[in-house]
Amino acid sequence: MTELSAHLPQFQHGQLTENFPDNHLSNTNDNSERRRHDNSERRRNDNPGSETNGQPQNNIQQVVDQDEEEDEELTLKYGANIYTPFTEETDTIGQRALNSILNAAIMISVIIVMTILLVVLYKYRCYKVIHGWLIISSLLLLFFFSFIYLGEVFKTYNVAMDYITVALIIWNFGVVGMICIHWKGPLRLQQAYLIMISALMALVFIKYLPEWTAWLILAVISVYDLVAVLCPKGPLRMLVETAQERNETLFPALIYSSTMVWLVNMAEEDPEGQRKASKNSTYDKQAPANQPQNEDAEADDGGFSQEWQQQRDNRIGPIESTPESRAAVQALPSNSQTSEDPEERGVKLGLGDFIFYSVLVGKASATASGDWNTTLACFVAILIGLCLTLLLLAIFKKALPALPISITFGLVFYFATDNLVQPFMDQLAFHQFYI
Amino acid sequence: MGAAVFFGCAGIAFGPALALVLLTVAAEPLRVIILVAGAFFWLVSLLLASLIWFISVHLSDQGNARLQYGLLIFGAAVSVLLQEAFRFAYFKLLKKADEGLATISEDGRSPISLKQMAYVSGLSFGIISGVFSVINILADSIGPGIVGIHGDSPYYFITSAFLTMAVVLLHTFWGVIFFDACERRRYWCLGLVVISHLVTSGLTFLNPWYVASLVPIYIITFCMGIWAFFTAGGSFHNILKCLSCKQEDDSRVMMYSALQVPFED
Repeated sequence: MTELSAHLPQFQHGQLTENFPDNHLSNTNDNSERRRHDNSERRRNDNPGSETNGQPQNNIQQVVDQDEEEDEELTLKYGANIYTPFTEETDTIGQRALNSILNAAIMISVIIVMTILLVVLYKYRCYKVIHGWLIISSLLLLFFFSFIYLGEVFKTYNVAMDYITVALIIWNFGVVGMICIHWKGPLRLQQAYLIMISALMALVFIKYLPEWTAWLILAVISVYDLVAVLCPKGPLRMLVETAQERNETLFPALIYSSTMVWLVNMAEEDPEGQRKASKNSTYDKQAPANQPQNEDAEADDGGFSQEWQQQRDNRIGPIESTPESRAAVQALPSNSQTSEDPEERGVKLGLGDFIFYSVLVGKASATASGDWNTTLACFVAILIGLCLTLLLLAIFKKALPALPISITFGLVFYFATDNLVQPFMDQLAFHQFYI
Repeated sequence: MGAAVFFGCAGIAFGPALALVLLTVAAEPLRVIILVAGAFFWLVSLLLASLIWFISVHLSDQGNARLQYGLLIFGAAVSVLLQEAFRFAYFKLLKKADEGLATISEDGRSPISLKQMAYVSGLSFGIISGVFSVINILADSIGPGIVGIHGDSPYYFITSAFLTMAVVLLHTFWGVIFFDACERRRYWCLGLVVISHLVTSGLTFLNPWYVASLVPIYIITFCMGIWAFFTAGGSFHNILKCLSCKQEDDSRVMMYSALQVPFED
């Protein structure tokens, strides 16, 4: 993703809870930098044709190319350096450590400031600002970042592609994404899109954060997550409590939800109370699973239609279900838990957690010497951390930070596998020993 | 070399495992959780074993090749013992979880039986063990290269794939036998499982003399398979019934009587 300009535009930060918001932090793009990129990109694309023209022209083109690339690199480095101004190419280890600590401190303070800004906006009911912010960020992710990613993929595999096809692909991808995320869509599609934008965001982090800074940021952000969610004056906890006071769900567009909300119909005596009121959830609704055939208020047949009754009479003989018998059945302890709110049975995870999990696994895959072993170990560690967090969620039943346990396990496994397990497995594989 | 070797060896190594996972584990969330947790336990055991090996290597003379070779064998043996120890620890954890699941379920019975958990945990150990052994080799097999150019065996990839398949199946069978032995406190079974694991690992030290290593390992796999089958409750009668594809008559009948709750059988 070399054309990515500037910044680290967004941090999405959230925790694991039953109904929970996300913090959404973004910084606006530097338009001039973007324009410069588009120009240099176009110039770069014109160049492949010049390869056939002969040597001198080639050299000139290559020199122009290099100048443009250096230009771009400088721009990108400059952009990334806003957040990580201290370089890690230093002479001593101590200096490098100090620089990475300072970089991490800057990033974390940016995140804290953005979180507090979001909480303040929410408290003072500036919903329009927040929604506008969210829409701009998802537009950016779905269109711009995916375009850049696609460009990089095509470059890597040397695929020739025209702009019209790319425009069509990106347009469709982006529009369907916006609809699924901000409005309604099939649950699996919405989950897929949320995962894709988290992965794109994580790629930005992986590419532009220097190495030690990235690990430090991961560690510090887990601590911050713990503090922000559990401390009484933590910004995220205040956000949850405000939402609960106002009895509304926050930012449904930026939470990954594992279940769908359905409208469950129970055959109740009172036909007016026949449809269960569902919570105000804007993004995933499905048509009610059972529709009572007969909603006639006078003939309260409890939802059993005439044809069904005839069939039943034919099969097992005339049995009448009266309101009294139905009441008796309903009085029995229900096995099916339909009385429980369906939304509570699922789990909601903030997208920021996805992003940082992806950063961990991505960095493990990119920079480890153990290649696949390290990646898989981190993967398993994060999954187990999430399992434990869900277990704690089931026990404590309140908003919990999803980052600390998983990131801790992930970091431990990364460093342990990379330094201890990899040489061992390497030696074993060399001799073809199996354990 | 290339894609053919990669896909072929990957299919050989992980075909049975993938089929087993897709058919028996993937549909049930509880089994998936047990699968991942089993992988975690195996990873922790490997971590500890690597730590021990690492320390021993750094405390010793690194120039002495024979010593390093010996330490590697020692490390492998320690790893096997630790794997079995962590299998036991996982058994304890699953037993506790079983009791917990039974208490929170509605009818007092846990949704998954200990035998199923034994099978899934064995499969999880097998998959993660196989993956860690062979995935880097598979990744290398895509790229350009010539196998055995320095005089090593040219059959490296395919024998690795077959060994991995054997290891996956062996761990599955060991899991079933081990859990059953712990449940019924038959410690000689436990000992036999540990010894067979050590023997299997030891046989791989005979590589590249593949006749001496692969054939006995497959014989052991086959014997363990039969043992696990009978341990899990299979019998000749079951096989015949399965092969004859007869459908059992459902002898239960639902009773409706003025919408009362049917009696529990």
